[in-house]
Amino acid sequence: MAMSVALKQFEKRDPVPAKAGAGLKAEHVDEILRSRPQVGFFEVHAENYMGDGGLPHRQLSSIRDTYAISMHGVGLSIGGEDPLNKDHLARLKRLQDRYEPALFSEHLAWSSHGENYYNDLLPVPYNSAVLERVCDHIDELQEVLGRSILLENPSTYVAFEQSTMSEIDFLSAIVQRTGCWLLLDVNNVYVSATNQQTDPDDYLDAFPIAHVGEIHLAGHAQDQDEAGRLLLIDSHDRAVDDAVWGLYERLIARTGLIPTLVEWDGDIPAWPVLKDEMDKANALMVRPRARHQPQERVAVPA
Amino acid sequence: MSASQADTNIALDFSAALRRADASAPFGVVGPDRKPSTKRFNVYRNNVSASLIEALGDNFPVVKMLVGDEFFDAMAQVFHRANYPKEPMLFRYGAAFPGFLEHFEPVKDVPYLPDVARLEWAWLQAFHAADVEALDGAVLARFDPQILHEVTFHAHPAAAIVSSRWPVASIVSSHRQGGDLSGIDMGSAEQALVARRDVVVEIRTLPPGGSVFLEALIAGEPLGVAAQKASGDAPEFDLASNIAGMLEAAVFAGAKHPAA
Repeated sequence: MAMSVALKQFEKRDPVPAKAGAGLKAEHVDEILRSRPQVGFFEVHAENYMGDGGLPHRQLSSIRDTYAISMHGVGLSIGGEDPLNKDHLARLKRLQDRYEPALFSEHLAWSSHGENYYNDLLPVPYNSAVLERVCDHIDELQEVLGRSILLENPSTYVAFEQSTMSEIDFLSAIVQRTGCWLLLDVNNVYVSATNQQTDPDDYLDAFPIAHVGEIHLAGHAQDQDEAGRLLLIDSHDRAVDDAVWGLYERLIARTGLIPTLVEWDGDIPAWPVLKDEMDKANALMVRPRARHQPQERVAVPA
Repeated sequence: MSASQADTNIALDFSAALRRADASAPFGVVGPDRKPSTKRFNVYRNNVSASLIEALGDNFPVVKMLVGDEFFDAMAQVFHRANYPKEPMLFRYGAAFPGFLEHFEPVKDVPYLPDVARLEWAWLQAFHAADVEALDGAVLARFDPQILHEVTFHAHPAAAIVSSRWPVASIVSSHRQGGDLSGIDMGSAEQALVARRDVVVEIRTLPPGGSVFLEALIAGEPLGVAAQKASGDAPEFDLASNIAGMLEAAVFAGAKHPAA
């Protein structure tokens, strides 16, 4: 596949500082605008700002005046079997033009099929035919936006008989073919590894970290499958788990500083609680390291 | 289906299984032991259902308060299985909900519920409507009084009217402020006006003739015709106070005379 988009910087306007950021929640906006806390960046779900006007845009514009913004799409269905929705691509482009986000990310998942939108990040099998389709969709998105995007690794609850590649090989091939960057969600790594009974440290060791432009952290819930095996749910409704903090600490010791988002989308806490989680990530990022030097970050080959 | 199609196309089976409460995991969906696992597949099905039920509750908070959380969630389960969103913006999810409530047998004893849902839907549309300056009363004052009756208006994108046999504006306003149905005369019909000034959506109750008047103006009828219709509907219709009210509420974005 020809790479149709020459690599462009994924950071536009102001780069995102390599600090912790937070998912922006409407219930926190007034307090944030009043107290102007030190926050690296705010990430918003693009689909929440696709109305014509009113309070959501007013709030986001005010936040944008002070902070770097990361735009996180949850509904494009990049992993879908249907062609990308042209109306939705145009909406994403309008948002990007209006807010000039420093980062733009989407998911390795699908959410629409036929006429229906399912509002969940649904899984794809990892094989060459799906790889081709996903790369075509990323090419198209990057062409519309005129920039490189970051693609997020999924939380998975199932595997597919139809898979012939590992998730790491699949993501690495996407990066090579499309020039996109990766959003490494460490909670998703832990959730998926637990659910697939693999080792999250092995996954992170194999991950193409030179292409990681952002990290996500979030909380997860616990359940069991029919065989009584632990089943973790990517719920984003509580504090980051200690095991995920551990993975994160080992990861950033290797990668050096990377903008890190704390996501908290359900049972949303008071702002100071979320701020504490960010401070925790910041403290781990700047921890002095005697032996580990941050690895030099390599640009994605065009 | 060829082997390669089967390897690639999982969405048809997968989405069909998502839409049915009792379907087992689709072909190829397995756990870590490579055995089919419906419990694991159910995480996706539950995510889809729970998130759509939550979205509907976010969009119709007063309907949810009126019937209670548990009942609402069960009702939303029935609704969403027949009405999936067609686009990824959840604030546009539920246009069909008021109509669904008209025919949903278990709520037939709550006859005002569909109109409450209509008013909440209008509120939501107003909340996300385009940012447009409201018509300034000074613009109206500049017209020659002799031709004022020929002036036409164009509506602000946030403005909507919900007319009901029930006191919908009182019900919605009371619940949005944490109140309940006590003190509301359930026998009174209300014409509710939804409009937005700056970013604040407001619900008002229109005076007699007010809804006929505004609906005619919104439809593009000249002021004189709209006033006549309103007086025909309600003899006590008062033109001056209705004009003052519509300016104050930001129902219109512009006014023009056909000769201009």
